Amino acid sequence: MFLSIQKRLTSPSWADYFARQAQACKTVGLKRFYAAGVPAEDGPIGDVPLVALDFETTGLDPREHAIVSIGLVPFDLRVIRPAAGRYWVVKPPRSLRVESIAFHRITHSEVEHAPPITAILDELLAALAGRLVVVHYRNIERPFLEAAVLANRGERCLFPVIDTMALEARWERRGRLWGLKRLFGLQPPSIRLAASRARYGLPHYSSHHAKVDAIATAELFQAQMARHFQPSTPVSDLWI
Amino acid sequence: MEAEIREFRDHISRHPPFDGLSDERLDEVAGAVEIAYFKAGTTIAKRDGPVQALSYIRSGAVEVYRHNGQLSNRLGEGDIFGQLDLLRNRQVRYPVQAIEDTLIYRIAKSVFDRLCAADEEFADFVELFGSSRLKSTVEQSQRNNDMIATPVRRLISRLPVMIEESATVQEAARLMTEHDVSSVLLIRPGNEEDSDRVFTDAEGRQWLLTGMITDKDLRQRIVAEGVSAQTPLSSISHGWLIAIQSSESVNEAMLTMLRNNIQRLPILHRRRPVGVVYLSDIVRYETNNSVYLVNNIFNRTSVKALARLTPEVRASFVRLVDEGANSRMIGGAMTSVGRSLMRRLVELAEAELGPPPVPYCFMVHGSMARNDQSITTDQDHAMVLHDAFEPKRHGDYFRALARQVSDGLNACGYPYCKGGIMATNDSWRQPLARWKEYFRNWIAKPDPQRLLHSSIFFDLEAVHGEEHFVEELQDLIATRAKASPRFLAALARNALGRTPPLGFFRTFVLEQDGRHNNAINLKRRGIAPLNDVIRVHALGVGSRAQNGFERLDEISQAGALPAGQTDKLSYTLEFLSIVRMRHQAQEIKDDHEPDNAIQPEHISDIERHTLKEAFQILSNAQSFLRFRYPSPGR
Repeated sequence: MFLSIQKRLTSPSWADYFARQAQACKTVGLKRFYAAGVPAEDGPIGDVPLVALDFETTGLDPREHAIVSIGLVPFDLRVIRPAAGRYWVVKPPRSLRVESIAFHRITHSEVEHAPPITAILDELLAALAGRLVVVHYRNIERPFLEAAVLANRGERCLFPVIDTMALEARWERRGRLWGLKRLFGLQPPSIRLAASRARYGLPHYSSHHAKVDAIATAELFQAQMARHFQPSTPVSDLWI
Repeated sequence: MEAEIREFRDHISRHPPFDGLSDERLDEVAGAVEIAYFKAGTTIAKRDGPVQALSYIRSGAVEVYRHNGQLSNRLGEGDIFGQLDLLRNRQVRYPVQAIEDTLIYRIAKSVFDRLCAADEEFADFVELFGSSRLKSTVEQSQRNNDMIATPVRRLISRLPVMIEESATVQEAARLMTEHDVSSVLLIRPGNEEDSDRVFTDAEGRQWLLTGMITDKDLRQRIVAEGVSAQTPLSSISHGWLIAIQSSESVNEAMLTMLRNNIQRLPILHRRRPVGVVYLSDIVRYETNNSVYLVNNIFNRTSVKALARLTPEVRASFVRLVDEGANSRMIGGAMTSVGRSLMRRLVELAEAELGPPPVPYCFMVHGSMARNDQSITTDQDHAMVLHDAFEPKRHGDYFRALARQVSDGLNACGYPYCKGGIMATNDSWRQPLARWKEYFRNWIAKPDPQRLLHSSIFFDLEAVHGEEHFVEELQDLIATRAKASPRFLAALARNALGRTPPLGFFRTFVLEQDGRHNNAINLKRRGIAPLNDVIRVHALGVGSRAQNGFERLDEISQAGALPAGQTDKLSYTLEFLSIVRMRHQAQEIKDDHEPDNAIQPEHISDIERHTLKEAFQILSNAQSFLRFRYPSPGR
């Protein structure tokens, strides 16, 4: 599914899409989000304002499941600023399933008292506006946010992301050798967040929390850039 | 609290100087953290670049350099850098480079300033200017070493034996026999009315302490009166009890017993009994000290009997350390024990060999002369004979005397000197005139190589015999040394031979050139070179003092060092000495042979920082020595 979206969207350019959406969107929040623009695709990553984003959801399918909490932290290649980040617990339209509550350590009463996502959507879009979104595993934040916007605003919401997991897969799972190794039952190295971080000497963070995970993702991206790229690397080499 | 703040806080709060901060301040620090990642080999802070934040190493390792490019420090997880630049002028003076992949938490200058203003300990920690940390560490331990302040709980050796008062006299007697105690505390279940007097035991049950039964009670009130062994304890209890809080001093406990004419005193922590102290415990405590030891030494009539005192010498050393005495007190006490032992050995030898044919003086060198002896120390001594000494007639006597004393010392835990600085060595058993010639020669023709072996003689003190022989030598040294720049320069050069390390990194000792070692010999790399430096200055000002602290006082009075410098050296000497003594006391407690080798993993974070500062002061003092007493023609 994503391959097709990618093809459709990258052929004109993200800048064109953002400009068009700024005109076409009817709701104020989205209009502003698109009006803030997107980094030039040949611009150096070192100059781009970034935002690490992490959702905790009740499941993996945006049609079936809902967002429970949102964490984000603005950063760039020089510094990560947790104090400028945000964290929300939101009340999903359907009642939460018990097993996912245990996983997120968010209690029923926290969710009961939380606002529905529509109430914080504009604030969330404002925090993302003008920044390139960085996530670990692209199939959660972008599709879930798009689904939430579509459900609550009736409009589409797409944007480029950098996926630190996909970047990790580039060097951890590249080469034909892995196909051969798999034949012999060898497991490829894990590219999950904690395992990827460990390869860069990044510390273990104990909490399972959207904002902590967003910070962890930002740190991982800084480390990946320091080891494998340059601040001058063009954005188009990285985003999806 | 937000999860990420808790995450940052948990880590930061485990490391100095943050470990002493209030929760509120910790939240402020954690809430202001900014993060940056640096790949190994990249520069974190460039010289003359701006400094806006304190850097805290969350993971990884960095190196800090001096302006001349020399390694200044290597830091790891939990360490901070940039504080000096922040305090000074917000420009990077000490460049920093990541030597491993490193994650830095930055704490903004505004937060740093508030912490310095609000928290004195924090400010002390980050202000490495001068000797603030060393000074406060030394001063703090000084405050804690009041002997009267020793709490009585130190004397408790076992938990109290307790029995319900409804039990019979026979059951109590059985329990006392089983536990081999002469008293038992009486308790009964607590209830609501007694709520302000009850204590809770390990199982959560509530009890009330009602009294105590002793051997004497069993004799006087049961056996003598013909009372049945089945009588409940409650009926013979006094119904009252004198007890004392565990935090009260030993002194107070003793006074309480004397005042009430009792032999046993229950010790309470709040309302819970934690032990019973006996008058005999206090007597033992009071006598297990060096004064008592010295008396005991002079009562012994054989080398064997003296050698058996070794465990007591060690116990007395450990106790002094545990009580928080400073190195000067401990060094003084250990020296007086050592000198007494030696004097007694000489007396015993003279008793056997007969009176000396000519007057003489047994003198000591090294730590015993400096009055700073620790627990493991070689014997360093020599003999000054009257000038009427005739080798053919008197030689055998003094040779035998020296041999007996030296063997005796060895038997008593003072091993033979590897360098042969002993009166058993013919060269070091000479008439006074010959000794004067030795010293005149060493001072007038200072060959550094020869001085290396003879500098130990420049700390000298009489132990037994004609003390004025040694005083004459001290006078000669004091007047001649200061007038001989070449001698002082040679001595100074030798004093630079042993250098301190740079500090510590993780579980290693970090050397000046960046190499790692597993342990540091604190005597060889710290105390001895510092004593060497102090000796040069002391001789330079014509001081007759032998003790390091006394020498520093005289150096200070003579104005031979820049203002404040002698204080710094004094704090450094105290700190290095006490760390070594604590280490040795711990080894004795762990049943190891005490030595001078200290492993970094056994040093607390705060001690590491203070030690690093002490090494730095020593290193600076060595550089100054080179400048103050330059070698001629170089």
